[in-house]
Amino acid sequence: MNPKLRKFLEFCKDFSSNKVALVAFFIFLLILFVAIFAPLVSPTDPYDLNTVSIMNSRLPPFSEDFSGNYFLLGTDGAGRDMVSAIFYGLRVSLGVGVLSGIFALIIGSFFGISAAFFGGRYESLIMRIVDIQLSFPSILVALIILAAFGKGVEKTIIALILVQWAYYARTARSSALVEINKEYVDAARCLAFGNTRIMFKHILPNCMAPLIVVGTLQTAHAISLEATLSFLGLGLPITEPSLGLLIGNGFEYMYSGDFWISIFPGVALLITVASINLVGDHLRDMFNPRLH
Amino acid sequence: MLWFLLLKNSKMTAFICTRFAQSILVLFIMSLLVFGGVNLVGDPVEMLINPEADQAEVERVIRELGLDRPVTEQYWYFLVNAFKGDLGSSFIFGEPALKLIIQRMPATLELALFSLFISLIIAIPLGIYAGYNPDSKASKVIMAGSILGFSMPTFWVGIIFIMIFAVQLGWLPSTGRGEIGTFMGINSSLFTLNGLSHVFLPALNLALFKISSVIRLTRAGTREIILQDYITFARSKGISEKRVVLIHVLKNILIPIVTVVGLEFGSLIAFSTVTETVFAWPGMGKLIIDSIYNLDRPVIVAYLMIIVTFFVFLNLIVDIIYTFLDPRVRIKGDHQ
Repeated sequence: MNPKLRKFLEFCKDFSSNKVALVAFFIFLLILFVAIFAPLVSPTDPYDLNTVSIMNSRLPPFSEDFSGNYFLLGTDGAGRDMVSAIFYGLRVSLGVGVLSGIFALIIGSFFGISAAFFGGRYESLIMRIVDIQLSFPSILVALIILAAFGKGVEKTIIALILVQWAYYARTARSSALVEINKEYVDAARCLAFGNTRIMFKHILPNCMAPLIVVGTLQTAHAISLEATLSFLGLGLPITEPSLGLLIGNGFEYMYSGDFWISIFPGVALLITVASINLVGDHLRDMFNPRLH
Repeated sequence: MLWFLLLKNSKMTAFICTRFAQSILVLFIMSLLVFGGVNLVGDPVEMLINPEADQAEVERVIRELGLDRPVTEQYWYFLVNAFKGDLGSSFIFGEPALKLIIQRMPATLELALFSLFISLIIAIPLGIYAGYNPDSKASKVIMAGSILGFSMPTFWVGIIFIMIFAVQLGWLPSTGRGEIGTFMGINSSLFTLNGLSHVFLPALNLALFKISSVIRLTRAGTREIILQDYITFARSKGISEKRVVLIHVLKNILIPIVTVVGLEFGSLIAFSTVTETVFAWPGMGKLIIDSIYNLDRPVIVAYLMIIVTFFVFLNLIVDIIYTFLDPRVRIKGDHQ
């Protein structure tokens, strides 16, 4: 059998030894599916003004309107079906979270690995910036960026990248420091490969495991942070209704007892974040050599 | 004592000086970022001036607020005035921004302190239990709960608290700070029953995240301590298990927990922004969110500068204390 395939199968077996993490992983896959195919799986298009009727506003869960449309989770203040709004919201939330995570991973591992590779003043400078940034709570960093530059999709993503990159940089540097002393790096140097090639073709792939662990946990964190920022009115604009915005919209109806408008998007957010966290937690245990 | 140590160890002095210089540099960069950023956003003139005002009126207000000068000049005046403790006046309230923030500081501090108290009271017993019986069903529930606590978005839990305890059951109020009492010259709503009923829900909400992390810390600590020789020794002396846990384990676990939690107090203040907005708690956090809505530039700038200064110096102090307490902390240039 192909050794790569065997390694992968071994990994799968290892991973499924924890039933909770396995269930969490499948739940996450389901959420991902719903988010990607939201326009196909949603009962209605919640942002199509032709189908949304204000007559249906704030219908409780399990209700039906006069033309026979069924609303499993009720409708919001504008008469949108909550199920569809949540599906579309997941799309935005996951999109922003994953996108910012990928960018942060790229930027963070670039600086982390190059810091470990070149050492000296460059390394001290990078790691000092990382330390200073990590001494601020993530919400504060995001708040500073968004308070100073205003809200918007790109600005939210930039804020989330800034919040996360330092974690990746720190992780990448510490694993690269171990890798750099290994023989394959010496061999690559003897072959006179360029620094860039050694750093990103040889060292980086061997640092991926811890980076992926940090990546899952950070992505969960980013999704949660984006929801918080959007709820506060600092994150995404109304044109990109993420779960945080949906919860925020429902908040004003809370006091009149219309709980479903903000509760259900919150449940969706909680399930998403918790499932990613559970998978990440298990991955961390798997990759942690101290536990074996 | 401290100064004596400083004189004795010139490397330590150098270290502290570098860190101090770095802190000042961070503050300077922040001031540039904050001031530059805020100046690019929106047009406060449009927000503040009556749309029916004539041209002369508009120009008068612009001059009054200093908005007609070049940005660099505005920044220079901002820096000079910031050193004098004058961070400008709020466009909305017409009062000095610094005064507005200081007025709201006690509300935030009391919320953060009370939630710190709640989180320790709840989390330490649970953490010790989970560390003491790591394989019991209850411990697994506690640990699963702590993962859930990490995953739950604070603002959403706050909304659920309001829905259950304020709207449905009507037990506790959900907005405002309530009655404020005075004790030993300090004004706080922690000193009246009505005030306490107001602070309870927001504080519990803010504590949620801390509870999860303290449970994990306590559990890990307990599991380590329980294996130590002095615990075996205490047991072999015939001391009851209850006493072993309550005296020996608790005492040893408290030191690291109080240290970590104390150092992380700043994060409670940062996160209180969210809780204050949900519960309409009149603290600094709600002020900054309101100011962002209203594009009240001086208050935004002042708040960000104050909070950044607070964190920079908090971290500086923590760094210095650490180097004194733990000689293993690496000091640059110290290759002994």
